[in-house]
Amino acid sequence: MIKRATFGGMALPYALLLPQVAITLVFFFWPAGEALVQSVLLQDAAGLNVRLVWFDNFERVFSDPYYLTSLRITAIFTFASCIIAMASALLLAVMADRVIRGAGAYKTLLIWPYAVAPALAGVLWGFMFNPTIGVIAYVLDALGVKWNYYVDGDQALLLVTIAAAWKQVSYNFIFFLAGLQSIPRSVIEAAAIDGAGPTKRFWTIIFPLLSPTTFFLLVLNLVHLFFDSFGIVHALTQGGPGRATEILVFRVWSDGFRGQDYGGSAAQSVVLMAVVIALTVLQFRYIERRVHY
Amino acid sequence: MVENRPWGNVFSHATLIVGIGIICLPLWIAFVASTHPVDRMFHAPAPLWPGTHLVENYLAVLRSGIGQSANAPVGTMLINSLIMALAIAVGKIAISIISAYAIVYFRFPFRMGFFWLIFVTLMLPVEVRILPTYEVIASLGMLNSYAGLTVPLIASATATFLFRQFFLTVPEELAEAARIDGAGPVRFFKDILLPLSRTNIAALFVIQFIYGWNQYLWPLIVSTDERYYTVVMGISRMVNVVDAAPTWNLVMATAVLGLIPPVIVVLLMQHLFVKGLVESEK
Repeated sequence: MIKRATFGGMALPYALLLPQVAITLVFFFWPAGEALVQSVLLQDAAGLNVRLVWFDNFERVFSDPYYLTSLRITAIFTFASCIIAMASALLLAVMADRVIRGAGAYKTLLIWPYAVAPALAGVLWGFMFNPTIGVIAYVLDALGVKWNYYVDGDQALLLVTIAAAWKQVSYNFIFFLAGLQSIPRSVIEAAAIDGAGPTKRFWTIIFPLLSPTTFFLLVLNLVHLFFDSFGIVHALTQGGPGRATEILVFRVWSDGFRGQDYGGSAAQSVVLMAVVIALTVLQFRYIERRVHY
Repeated sequence: MVENRPWGNVFSHATLIVGIGIICLPLWIAFVASTHPVDRMFHAPAPLWPGTHLVENYLAVLRSGIGQSANAPVGTMLINSLIMALAIAVGKIAISIISAYAIVYFRFPFRMGFFWLIFVTLMLPVEVRILPTYEVIASLGMLNSYAGLTVPLIASATATFLFRQFFLTVPEELAEAARIDGAGPVRFFKDILLPLSRTNIAALFVIQFIYGWNQYLWPLIVSTDERYYTVVMGISRMVNVVDAAPTWNLVMATAVLGLIPPVIVVLLMQHLFVKGLVESEK
């Protein structure tokens, strides 16, 4: 945790820490504290009348049927995107690990979507699926599917899910490929000599050896999809139609900024912070386990 | 590869090519749309092959935006995005590397307290505490300013943690030798630690540049003045126009302009990018 040979002096280390600590206090702890305080207060629209209501805001949030719908939508969206992204990334990584010719080019062409902003990913996919001129919407129409995500909530959720998964594939691909390349070749060769074909080798050796990577990616994907998807939803559907794509992180914003419901928004912030902390703890416990692995 | 299976190879290449096709399709469609005149955007389906208006469309958005609602020129937005991305990347690296240095190389009261203070913010994205953070910025008078856009996003436990991990792997003997030779803490940092951290700094820079460039919600609420629009948030105002279909060819030109810089950074510095990604998420 610290070096044996350390430097003396009192003022210097504090001066070095000052910028980081100051920014953390002002922009993390102050707002987080504010959220905690506001979550137990009720403020009228003019902001003049404030009173302490304890857990009323939380009760209000959790008894709101729309919040429960939002929870359900978030769960469907997060897990569906996560599974699509991880499964396709694993397939592509296994294939990219096998090929010799062109491996570099394949890799380059697969990793660039990581750099695309979620909001832009939403715009690109929205254009392809646009009911009036979208290319894919046109094909779907020709196949007899009535496609209009502006009015059909399930279709809107599907589109948001696909756009999020698309953006997430490259990230998973990089980690899976790194994981695959760290598996010792000798283990795989030994299995091949014993007569195991590629499919059998994958399920009995490679996949179990990848499980630390897979688990770690699962947690990270959930965190990314949970929070970074605001841009996709905001640019693509604005939470609609109706409330069909209103995921939790979108609601925190729309209740706070559109609805002016400060207490409710703060209570939702507190709930989300608890989720983040739980996920962080989960990841760290897991990482500690991996050290002993 | 362990054994020679020609059909296996064909299958691998085919899968990869199909995968790349799906991954690259949205970009191709967007690029193609951005090269057509606006009247082509009114009949379905959108074109699949580039048209003739490439230069015209891109110059139009760069100079004057898309012109429907009052929109800032995309050129200005790109400059704002660049300022934001650079300020966040450089700022994060600068304050993280010195705080990690303090935590690893100095012994002082409340050292671990400070470490945890920074560390608990590790995974707390701004989206989660958006309203109170906005209120703090508003009460500090930082709305519609570059400081408001960048400073709140500069604190980063990830970068501090990464540098701390790296410093712990630097051999003890280096600091001991430096002390024997009479080098003070500033000299040691400048002449030994900083050069050793070069690759880590570069890798982190790539990741943080992308992070800063792609910010969406934060600029959306901090900049209401068009002079401070960034390209990623500016585009949402173009898509969600009231009472009209978006001028898709110009919107797509803006989208392409908005995604090209970070994509180029990733492609040019692929090795650093992969290194930065794998290490900062570990």
